[in-house]
Amino acid sequence: MWSHLRTLWIVFLHTFQKRVTVQYPDVKPKIPPRWRGRIVLSRDPDGKERCVACYLCSVACPVGCITLQAGEDETGRRYPKLFRINFSRCVFCGLCEEACPTCAIQLTPDFEMCEYKRQNLVYEKEHLLISGCGKYPGYNFYNVAGLAIGGKGKGEAEHETPPVDVRSLML
Amino acid sequence: MWTEIGWPLVVVAGVLFVVLNLAAVLIWMERRLLALWQDRYGPNRVGIFGVLQPVADMVKIFFKEDWVPPFADKVTFVMAPAIIVVTVLLSFVVVPFAPGVIVTDINIGILFFLAMSSLGVYSLALAGWASNNKYSLIGGMRTTAQMLAYEVFMGLSMMGVVIQAGSFSLTEIVEAQRGLWYCIPQCVGLVVFFVAGLAETHRIPFDLPEAEGELVAGFHSEYSGMKFGMFFVGEYLGITLISSLTVAMFFGGWLGPWLPPVLWFAIKTLIVLCLFILIRASLPRFRYDQLIEIGWKYMLPLSLVNLLVTGGVVLLMR
Repeated sequence: MWSHLRTLWIVFLHTFQKRVTVQYPDVKPKIPPRWRGRIVLSRDPDGKERCVACYLCSVACPVGCITLQAGEDETGRRYPKLFRINFSRCVFCGLCEEACPTCAIQLTPDFEMCEYKRQNLVYEKEHLLISGCGKYPGYNFYNVAGLAIGGKGKGEAEHETPPVDVRSLML
Repeated sequence: MWTEIGWPLVVVAGVLFVVLNLAAVLIWMERRLLALWQDRYGPNRVGIFGVLQPVADMVKIFFKEDWVPPFADKVTFVMAPAIIVVTVLLSFVVVPFAPGVIVTDINIGILFFLAMSSLGVYSLALAGWASNNKYSLIGGMRTTAQMLAYEVFMGLSMMGVVIQAGSFSLTEIVEAQRGLWYCIPQCVGLVVFFVAGLAETHRIPFDLPEAEGELVAGFHSEYSGMKFGMFFVGEYLGITLISSLTVAMFFGGWLGPWLPPVLWFAIKTLIVLCLFILIRASLPRFRYDQLIEIGWKYMLPLSLVNLLVTGGVVLLMR
């Protein structure tokens, strides 16, 4: 009986406590920068697509919502001809971001992506690509990779020396 | 002529209007207060502070499919929700809101209320029976057992007041409290009556007939649309009734300084209503055997002792 009365009193005291509800559409919630929300494809500092169409994100995706098709331009640089994310399947786990070797695919703190038609949740490459670098400013995959592409030969990347001609060592 | 027929009609219309609207407002008030005590906001979108939420709910509930299950006993199934509203509304006949503002001041007001509240049990029991669903039936059975246990000492707890006032008429009971409200000499009766009232309206510590955790929705599992709504209107009307009776019998009814009598009655009733909601916000549901045990083993003897002591004291004072 005493505990019942005590409960009543404690609950009554909640009249004077602050309410915890965030009135969402009026008050936007504070979202941490590493929040796993809408997925984007970022670009190099010089404005080229970072994605090299390695398919790792598509493989890592537990629900299989990423579809892509590789292509290669005349300079030998790989890019996705098609990049499609079905957000009606996506579980925002962030595994694609972890798998990406070029920091191209990134999750952003945006979660407001409701649609009236389910088909509108399928994002194509032009919807996914952003103009900037996203979370990794200044990172350019081809500048640190050993691969030769148009305008950059073997050994011309950062922290790299030109390849040694092994035959010259035999003299 | 005017005072003989006109005035009662005005009172009837006024009481119906106020009480039915109060039932709607109570839905909003209960949700807001529960939210307040749980550190939330509750409905605050429709209208100022969300007061139009019941209107929106009503519109919705009227457009719902009004479905009668094919296996149900149709006539009883349709009648059951009406019974609870009708009996509770009839009980308001004897509630004195202010001197002269009463539908009819019959000299057995309390007995009339007890009779009506006993009839109200049929609503739930029949709803549970007619639904032809095992959960509903268990809910109906629980209602019957609960009411058998709680009607007895509800009546007995009111007898203390009746002995002190020397009348069954609620108006005279209120008038008899001019010197001292009965909540002080009849404090035991007040507690017992309030507990019985909670059980009578099957509010949360005693809401076994509709225990959501165990019986889907108890006696109204099969109900939909406005028939389902009627049970809720009935429940909120019941709470209002018990609150106004508590005020009339224990807290001096309309008595109070400065303000007009009707306002005093309304303020006191609202406070008791808030207490009902506070209890809902804080106490968990009793187990079935605990409920019956509280009724027969504690409350009934307590009310009998109260009755005995009150009777003895009144005899000695005479």
